[in-house]
Amino acid sequence: MHATVSNAVPDQERQAEASRNARDTRNDRLFGWALKACALLVLLCLVGAAASTLWLGRDAFATFGWGFLTSAVWDPSNNQYGALVPVVGTVGTAIIALIFAVPVSFGIALFLTEIAPGWMRGPVSSAIELLAGIPSIIYGMWGLFIFAPFVAENVKPWLMNNFSADPPDGKVSWLVQHVPFIAKFFSSEYPFFGAGVLTAGLVLAVMIIPFISSVMREVFQTVPTRLKESAYALGSSTWEVVWDIVVPYTRTAVIGGVFLGLGRALGETMAVAFVIGNTFKFTPSLLETGSTIASTIANQFGEAEGLQKSALMAIAFLLFVVTFIVLMIARLMLRRLASKEGN
Amino acid sequence: MSASLYTRRRIKNILAMAFSIVATCIGLLFLAWILWETLSQGLAGLKPQLFTKITAYREEGGLANAMVGSLILNVLGILIATPIGVAAGTWLAEYSRRSKLGPMIRFLNDILLSAPSIVLGLFVYTVIVLPSKWLTNGDVTFSGIAGGIALALIALPVIVRTTDEMLRLVPGTLREAALSLGVPQWKLTMQILVRSARSGIVTGILLALARISGETAPLLFTAFGNNFMTFNPIDKMPSLPQVIYEYTKDPSPDINTLAWAGAFVLTMFVLALSLIARLAFSRSKVSHD
Repeated sequence: MHATVSNAVPDQERQAEASRNARDTRNDRLFGWALKACALLVLLCLVGAAASTLWLGRDAFATFGWGFLTSAVWDPSNNQYGALVPVVGTVGTAIIALIFAVPVSFGIALFLTEIAPGWMRGPVSSAIELLAGIPSIIYGMWGLFIFAPFVAENVKPWLMNNFSADPPDGKVSWLVQHVPFIAKFFSSEYPFFGAGVLTAGLVLAVMIIPFISSVMREVFQTVPTRLKESAYALGSSTWEVVWDIVVPYTRTAVIGGVFLGLGRALGETMAVAFVIGNTFKFTPSLLETGSTIASTIANQFGEAEGLQKSALMAIAFLLFVVTFIVLMIARLMLRRLASKEGN
Repeated sequence: MSASLYTRRRIKNILAMAFSIVATCIGLLFLAWILWETLSQGLAGLKPQLFTKITAYREEGGLANAMVGSLILNVLGILIATPIGVAAGTWLAEYSRRSKLGPMIRFLNDILLSAPSIVLGLFVYTVIVLPSKWLTNGDVTFSGIAGGIALALIALPVIVRTTDEMLRLVPGTLREAALSLGVPQWKLTMQILVRSARSGIVTGILLALARISGETAPLLFTAFGNNFMTFNPIDKMPSLPQVIYEYTKDPSPDINTLAWAGAFVLTMFVLALSLIARLAFSRSKVSHD
């Protein structure tokens, strides 16, 4: 059919071409549908994850109602479950992580875009990104065997001496005597135990630093050089350029990057599971042990049956919804920058 | 007065610079600390039986079955995620221009990229592990296949995103040239666009592999673990991260040493993969210019 030479009948040729066109159109359409089906799988994954956890968690939601969200009891022996302790633990560790990770990431991004000499930028930023490549289980091990003992030996005694109501050295500090409530945040039943909410937050901070700093570095680089040079020409110092030009120009995207880090910190399992302690006592103290949603699931799902399994699914659903919202905000804020870049 | 203002501004600037340098040092310090511990503790536990004996022998054993299991699970995950991911990425880059669905899926894919892996593991538990229970008269059937699918869900958004980005880097003139010769679009996509973006797509697959080989949480309730060597994907299957997790929780220091050795092997593998991916990517960039 393809061998249409000059002496072929024009009519036949046209027919062959038409049938080939039809075939191509059909193939194109099938091909497009197949690709689209694959793309829809992405959608299916997200919907499926939400639906399956909600479906298997329905027993817990039905049994405890709204009380599930506000009850601080998580007691498998009495089959009583409330999400408050893991939820507060998840949010608390993530906020601690942000408090430490955001300034450090900002500093790193500032260093890499404005201060470091050219030859240094490549290696340093690759090194920081290497931190993101380390598997989270390694962070967990390091946290348990190395960092938690370090906290117990060096950080915790100092914090307790200065901020707790019954410090190891016996002298209640001026701050604790005069500022109400502060001692509540730094009390600890086991002063020589390194695991706890603060330790988990710090390990998370190290984990999310590379994510936040690489977003910040990227968005700082989108600031037009002309803008920065104008400010320098007017006599601004490096800090003034960064604080008054770069930061306002990239504010939305910077917040997006921070939310991205927050999303990571909320959903992280392995780095937290070893160093949080996995206890279910409701306490405001940062030095006490606690639990997060992900660590609770990792620890208990294997042996859970019936209502406990359902309760674990229910908190997984809560985790998924919260991280989804956080990541959505992050992406929306980052997207606005992408459209700005085009102009 | 103006001199003091000048001094104040200078001090502020110096403080900010100092803070930024200190922050960078903190980041690098933690990297060095973690790598150093993994290296020194891991090398202490590194011995030949690590690669030849299985975890059933505990202290006298090694991690051979876990490494084989990890390899099988990772290969399964990549084999499932690659065709779907490349197809989805291609659709986003080439077919979704006029539809509203395209930007939405691209957006959701970015969310899936950092969604908590433990919830994705529970999703696979619900749709694969639990239903297969009905097929086998009530036993909960954790399996290598379920583990592979869980890893595929984590690899998928990475592959989708890199494919999408790489295809959008292919110059439009290439498309127009092919279309003007009468090449149908599926042929154009398969034989010209995907091929010219190949090295970038391979980079994405390598990055996805690096990402899933360190994943632990979703494997706990899908592949579950196994103290014996198994090549059967319908069987419970051990994996290196899962064994490291169990061995880290173990009270015995000898077992902990094995966990460190496993951690060393895993970290080296993952870092080597991301290095290779990066090298491949930088080469592809050069050839595109």
